[in-house]
Amino acid sequence: MFHVKHIHKPDPYPTMEIDIARTAFYIPAMSEPNHHSQFDVIVIGGGHAGCEAAAAAARLGARTLLLTHRIEAIGEMSCNPAIGGLAKGQLVREIDALDGLMAKAIDRGGIQFRMLNRSKGPAVHGPRAQADRKLYKQAVQDLLAEQAGLTIIAEAVDDLRLDAFGAVTGVRTVAGRDFQAAAVVVTTGTFLRGLIHIGDRQIPGGRVGDRRAVGLSYTFKRLGFRLGRLKTGTPPRLDGRTIDWSQLARQPGDTPPTPFSYLTERIETPQIDCHITHTNEATHALIRDNLNRSAMYSGQIHGTGPRYCPSIEDKVVRFADRNAHQIFLEPEGLDVPTVYPNGISTSLPPDVQHLMVATIPGLESAKITQPGYAIEYDFVDPRELKPSLETLRTPGLYLAGQINGTTGYEEAAAQGLMAGVNAARAAANALPFVLDRADAYIGVMIDDLVTLGTREPYRMFTSRAEYRLLLRADNADQRLTEIGAEIGCVGGQRLAVYRWKSAELGRLRAIMAELTESPNSLKAQGLSINQDGVRRTAMEVLAYPDVDFQGLVKFWPELAEVSPEIARQLEIEATYSSYLARQEADILAFRRDEALAIPDGLEFTAIPGLSTEVCSKLAEARPATLGAAARISGITPAALTVLLGYVKRNDRRLSA
Amino acid sequence: MKAGTIYALASGRGQAGIAVIRISGPGAGGALAALAQKMPLPRCATRVSLIDPTDGGLLDDSLALWFPGPASFTGEDVVEFHLHGGIAVVAGVIEALASIDGLRPAEAGEFTRRAFENGKMDLTGAEAVADLVAAETAAQRSQALRQMRGALAALYEDWRARLLKAQAHMEAAIDFSEDELPGNLVTEVRRLVSDMAAELERHLADGGRGERLRDGLELAIVGPPNVGKSSLFNTLAGRDAAIVSPVAGTTRDVIEVHLDIGGFPVLIADTAGLRDSADAIEAEGVSRAEARGRSADLRLVVFSAETWPDAGPAELALIDENSIVVINKSDLGMPKPALVAGRPGVVISVKTGDGIGQLLSALEVWVERRFGHDEAPPLTRARHREALEGCRDRLREFTAIGDIAGQAEIGAEHLRMAGRALGRITGKVDVEDLLDLIFRDFCIGK
Repeated sequence: MFHVKHIHKPDPYPTMEIDIARTAFYIPAMSEPNHHSQFDVIVIGGGHAGCEAAAAAARLGARTLLLTHRIEAIGEMSCNPAIGGLAKGQLVREIDALDGLMAKAIDRGGIQFRMLNRSKGPAVHGPRAQADRKLYKQAVQDLLAEQAGLTIIAEAVDDLRLDAFGAVTGVRTVAGRDFQAAAVVVTTGTFLRGLIHIGDRQIPGGRVGDRRAVGLSYTFKRLGFRLGRLKTGTPPRLDGRTIDWSQLARQPGDTPPTPFSYLTERIETPQIDCHITHTNEATHALIRDNLNRSAMYSGQIHGTGPRYCPSIEDKVVRFADRNAHQIFLEPEGLDVPTVYPNGISTSLPPDVQHLMVATIPGLESAKITQPGYAIEYDFVDPRELKPSLETLRTPGLYLAGQINGTTGYEEAAAQGLMAGVNAARAAANALPFVLDRADAYIGVMIDDLVTLGTREPYRMFTSRAEYRLLLRADNADQRLTEIGAEIGCVGGQRLAVYRWKSAELGRLRAIMAELTESPNSLKAQGLSINQDGVRRTAMEVLAYPDVDFQGLVKFWPELAEVSPEIARQLEIEATYSSYLARQEADILAFRRDEALAIPDGLEFTAIPGLSTEVCSKLAEARPATLGAAARISGITPAALTVLLGYVKRNDRRLSA
Repeated sequence: MKAGTIYALASGRGQAGIAVIRISGPGAGGALAALAQKMPLPRCATRVSLIDPTDGGLLDDSLALWFPGPASFTGEDVVEFHLHGGIAVVAGVIEALASIDGLRPAEAGEFTRRAFENGKMDLTGAEAVADLVAAETAAQRSQALRQMRGALAALYEDWRARLLKAQAHMEAAIDFSEDELPGNLVTEVRRLVSDMAAELERHLADGGRGERLRDGLELAIVGPPNVGKSSLFNTLAGRDAAIVSPVAGTTRDVIEVHLDIGGFPVLIADTAGLRDSADAIEAEGVSRAEARGRSADLRLVVFSAETWPDAGPAELALIDENSIVVINKSDLGMPKPALVAGRPGVVISVKTGDGIGQLLSALEVWVERRFGHDEAPPLTRARHREALEGCRDRLREFTAIGDIAGQAEIGAEHLRMAGRALGRITGKVDVEDLLDLIFRDFCIGK
């Protein structure tokens, strides 16, 4: 998400660096490093990726420095005021399972919680919440302030410092100060050659008028990173006091709201409604008449936009038969009037935006507080990264968030957490911590990015996960908290909560495997069950679609005491048990291929038997494992066989 | 690649002296015991009668080799069956293996791969086999598909497209439930899937006609010596594939060539003349000719107009409803009007070309009848059959779900697995293909 805060400034060339505080600003941290310029990990950027990276590195015990251009912008939601959603909600739960910030922050700042896909099975439930921007940002800043071992300084970075071998040793700021660290995490979002389009007007963001921004962009160029160009857009913001709410459909949240964090017991923030309106033929006619004035249709934009987030111009042109498009009116906070009309992102000029908004029911006299716009920016081809998010080119340099071609707060935060963990581990000479596609959505996303790269801003979808029935929002803690604790990423309180739940689940699974009943007596209780004489365990009975946990109590009264949370978890496990059992062999095979590591510096052209085409594809993607190589399109089984032979032979040499 | 016990035909496809089927994995020994009813000594070639475990029918009299792991090609337990090289024999054994729980057909290169993984092969070996494996790679699979007869390729492509659509629409219902999707989306998917499952069912119920189509029908030219069998063979083949000379007994072995008759593949075999011979080599040729004549799908039993209607017991034994009686050498004088085994015979002259057109028409009629007329093109490979059966089974599981909207994620899982099965023929469908279709068909995005 990008930095909208500059868009309405009087400065004709606003950039994200223009308002940098030049003086260092310290938040007192509990363990201040002895030497003020010496750290284990430096994180550049205070967005969602940067915050998670800094907090995670500090949780692992690394002396961590977060460098950001403006303290008060830390944790800002630069785009829409919401966290979670389908697949994104799973990511937030996974971040939480690893003791990250995002779930805790949205539980404090959320003003409307909805479980998406509630009518479908729990594997595709997606927790989502509208946020009060201010409360959310405050929560992130509070959580960072509580984090031991973390120093935050408001200063922009000019350049990376490298040693003679090209490895990172630290950073130099625009003020000319040097900070040293074994690992540096860059999370600078869209600052690389950002260009904002409002109608025919273009405003360089992150480039003109600021030598220091050029500095870091230049660093990436100089180091030879492959860059691509993307675009995205945002809708105009409206003044909610000028909207006629009375004629609009109300969309309430869930009661009671389901928290994101496994540690949150209940949501205390007051809850509000969203509203829904629609575009109409008049809106579409106006847009068609003014298409030539849209930046996206007048040929000014060259970057690739996301297919899943089209501008309203795109929707009207591509789906000409639709006579209405849905708009969600999302309040930006409890005590601010601004409203985010989700669904009409645009790069039409402000005067057309004004006319367009006026055609929409409820918005006839709505005031635009800030016009919508499109933005183009450079990103680093994520195939430049290892699965640890360290760059292959520059040891010690980690990238996370939108700079890697992703979009979304959740995608950024998840990468930030992993980059922070791995930077801290690298500083402590520990091996990288990598989650795979069967562990977590985080693993799916990072593997997709580093293996396949991306042509549009990458967003998480549940359909990207092969093991979707396993990677659920409800069991992220069961999947990740224990391994998170092993690497020191999870604090004591969370571990205690997790261990209790885990032990209770284990105890009940054992009990329920022992409790059995004959099909005869099950039938007597109204269960339609095959009369084969085979006794069913309580867990097997629970797997029947028409049986819930309460339904077991009439057969086995001893199950009456189980807590609702545990009972629900067991119900979900039973629902998917047969599918998960089938998937086990798949996962085993998948992990076997993942275990065959391809060495970082392997020269593919030196392997006899690989075609030039295959070599160039492998060289571009630099797969870390044989499994990853298999996922690259155009890599044939024959090529894999050759690669396997080579890797195996190397393995034997190493172990010999 | 998945673990488990795998099997595959290790030798080339089609008619051959012997055919080798290899089985590797923990279930190999069990499969051997199930088919051979006994366990040979390790590494000792042993003659066994292979029995179909499902119905007890005799499959083949074969050699079995038992290599308990790790002293084997792959390092796992390995069984090799050396079968008589008939297409039907191989198909029968493959089918019997498929019926055993825990056994599945090997992926391309999987035996070699297992050999690597168990440290049984070095890089030199890998390079040598890479080319062989390449013939069955995913890329070439779609190439093979293109080379297939147009109707079949079109059918698979159509299924792929429809399954892709079903998958995409199901995924849209899950990932974009907040967007305004058509209200009947899931009902439409159910109809699509159910139609497709029924079509797969019909296609699969073709009685192995398709495998025949791929490997070709066998047509043998048999008859007494020096009646012009090789000349006829060369005329049909359009080239001098068999040596033709006026000396009786020139053709001592079986000579084959693939022909296209009426658009269908036919493997045509020239054989030695049927006569008693003192020459040991020729005697062997005669006995092969008789065997080939018996095993062929169709026989052209050739006589000479000069000697018609004289026929020996060897020829008479080969005339049945799958035989066409041919009287050659009408240029030397028309044959006497007579019947042999109740047949008048098709009169031709290879030398002048008289009657050849008539013979070809008779052949076409017969071949077409054998392949049958059916709007659905048939299956061509045992592997395709396995893949289609897997696809059908998962589609059936999808349609068995009562509340698909409420169990969308389970429905989608079945479609994903169905897609994976079909992908073994058509090339894999990845998530980008699905997303492309979703964003094309629906207006997604807030």
